[in-house]
Amino acid sequence: MKPSLATTAPSPTIFQQIIHKRWIGKSLIIVVSLVVIWRVITALLENPSVFVQQVVNGLQLGFVYALIALGYTMVYGIVKLINFAHADVLMVGSFASYYAISRFNLHLWLSNVAPNLSPTISLLVGTVTVLVFAMLVCALMAFAIERTAYKPLRNAPRISALITAIGVSFFLEYFGALNFVFTPNFISFKRPFPVTTWALSSSGIQALESGVAPPPGSVLFSNIFIIIVISSIVLLFLLQYIVKRTKVGKAMRAVAYDKPTARLMGINVDGIISITFAIGAALAGAAGLLYAIAFPQIVFWMGIIPGLKAFIAAVLGGIGSIPGALVGALIMGQAEVLSAAYISTPMRDAIAFSLLIIVLLVRPTGIFGEPTLEKA
Amino acid sequence: MKTRIIFSIVIALVILVAGCTPGGQASGNLKVAVLAPLSGQNPTFGASTRDGALLAIDEWNAKGGVLGKQIEAVVEDSQCAADPGVNAANKVIDQDKVHYIIGEVCSSSSIPISEITEAKGVVQISPTSTNPDVTIKGDGTTKEYVFRACFIDPFQGTVMAKFALDKGYKTAFVLFDQGNDYVRGLAEFFEAAFTENGGTVVGKEAYTSQDTDFSAILTKVADANAEVLFVPDYYPIVNLVGAQAKEKGVTAVMMGGDGWDSGDLDRAAADGGFYSNHYSPDDTRPIVQNWVAAYQKKYGAIPDALATLAYDATNLMLAAIEKTGADDPAKVKDTLDTISFEAVSGTITFDPQHNPIKSAAILQVKDGEIVYAGTVNP
Repeated sequence: MKPSLATTAPSPTIFQQIIHKRWIGKSLIIVVSLVVIWRVITALLENPSVFVQQVVNGLQLGFVYALIALGYTMVYGIVKLINFAHADVLMVGSFASYYAISRFNLHLWLSNVAPNLSPTISLLVGTVTVLVFAMLVCALMAFAIERTAYKPLRNAPRISALITAIGVSFFLEYFGALNFVFTPNFISFKRPFPVTTWALSSSGIQALESGVAPPPGSVLFSNIFIIIVISSIVLLFLLQYIVKRTKVGKAMRAVAYDKPTARLMGINVDGIISITFAIGAALAGAAGLLYAIAFPQIVFWMGIIPGLKAFIAAVLGGIGSIPGALVGALIMGQAEVLSAAYISTPMRDAIAFSLLIIVLLVRPTGIFGEPTLEKA
Repeated sequence: MKTRIIFSIVIALVILVAGCTPGGQASGNLKVAVLAPLSGQNPTFGASTRDGALLAIDEWNAKGGVLGKQIEAVVEDSQCAADPGVNAANKVIDQDKVHYIIGEVCSSSSIPISEITEAKGVVQISPTSTNPDVTIKGDGTTKEYVFRACFIDPFQGTVMAKFALDKGYKTAFVLFDQGNDYVRGLAEFFEAAFTENGGTVVGKEAYTSQDTDFSAILTKVADANAEVLFVPDYYPIVNLVGAQAKEKGVTAVMMGGDGWDSGDLDRAAADGGFYSNHYSPDDTRPIVQNWVAAYQKKYGAIPDALATLAYDATNLMLAAIEKTGADDPAKVKDTLDTISFEAVSGTITFDPQHNPIKSAAILQVKDGEIVYAGTVNP
């Protein structure tokens, strides 16, 4: 009998302490944030207007990522599935809006019906129509995907559903690449409205004419920026309202919390899961249009990179958390644009992806994630 | 007895073959082989090349041929690939006794062919292969018998730098894809020529081929206030950069290389931009207009760059033979080294690596049209 053994456990080695207390991640965060703060301050002092301009560029990118990240986070929150096909739903959303705009002139319907209306209003209504159209197409498609690919695997191990999601992703990409579907070529996306840029400077706001340099020290923002930010915020609030204030949202939260009990309470679990997929895909469809407006070129694999980055944003913010997805996406947007602006453009993706590693080292649940034990 | 029969059959066959085959010297014709990909992945490349070369040969024959001999074309399909190219080259050299080869179109085929022509002392001019290894051996020395009629890719950077300076632009911003040799080569040559001749490169940014968001870079371009934005990439990147540039207040004139030359170039996004190409059918020089008219008369179409370069390569070869005054490849290659020949795609002289130093056509994207903007001599 050795009582000493029970009381004094072998003191942990230095390596175990480093792992257990997550010192690697914490020290990395400290070093990185010091470097970032130093870079930001020097950049701000060096040329304030350019710095603010880069932040605006980052915001525009971040809000597009936010819409995509919301889809990842919602589906994960409810069915614990990382839906890798989500990025390709974005691609389908872009192509749906491309066909709506270039083939059917859907963005011009109001000016055709009521030609006397001011072009700003009719184009705005037309753009919103295209947005709704892309969201509907994607929601319907996601509904079909969910029913055919994911529902039969509801009780299968989670890894099977994950692999199926990857399969669906490849299917959408290479089905889209067929010549009679979307074609494998790059296609120039026609924006549904003419681009206007305004320069904000000490002498006020003025519209920028093409070919004329903006006044020195001004910050530029375009109607693209305004539309992306406003539609992202509106959709975000709408989503928050659906989840928090409606019956469907209540059912979603119940399903997320405890599936068998929710079913016992009379909730149609399969229906709710389908609705979740459809809402997530609708957001991807909206993101598809906004992404194509911001970067007007579409191709069948266009969803992969923004999809990966939005996924990182969702993990960064805490996957499963709606405000987390927004915050994570805005951080990703800034990280990417500011590293392109002040560190090195080819490094931007490396920096964005190393954010994921740092987050996983320090706080695997993300910024807004609840540090709970894995649910059974 | 048996051996005697076989022997006599062989002799009879040899006599027969010798009688039938129009032997190189004996028939009094001068043979030129055209190796082009008439089948395979790029059959239109081959058809244009063949048409251009044959038109040149027809014109020479109508004028009385070379050295008083009619020219006979031997056309072989080399399929834009290594093995068919080698087979075709061996066939025309060993069987048809050809001393002069026009071809191939693709570098992947021209390089293995050049090993044979160099070893067997046959003069080869590739009309359109841009890979440096076509004319350079593994140890860095030049292949004596191998030339090309097109300029190599990075040379377009030099031409565009000169064009930008001629237009009065003094500052430039260079964007390049660091993972693409074509783009990087153009960017390096542009920067070197631009700074050497009095311009200033105010900024240089790399990106990767998967980038779609150019906002950060373009904000820097606007801030640097450059007059020229050099984007020597293929049209998808040009479309993206052009579409975002105006939104970010960039007023610089966009310029690039022949990667822009595509029907899918977004002409609204690239509006006002200039790019270089081998030739333009709208060039007003008489030699160009005569060529376009002759081609149109014979084939009913506007000649593309491939047909033009094949025409130039063939004319160059025949002019070199005429100037040498003898059907002797070893002397013809020396003539080519020092020749100055006025071709449709510009006056050709060769540098020590057997790459032509010649002018390029500059095209402009203007109000949704591609218009000829001038010719630049290096």
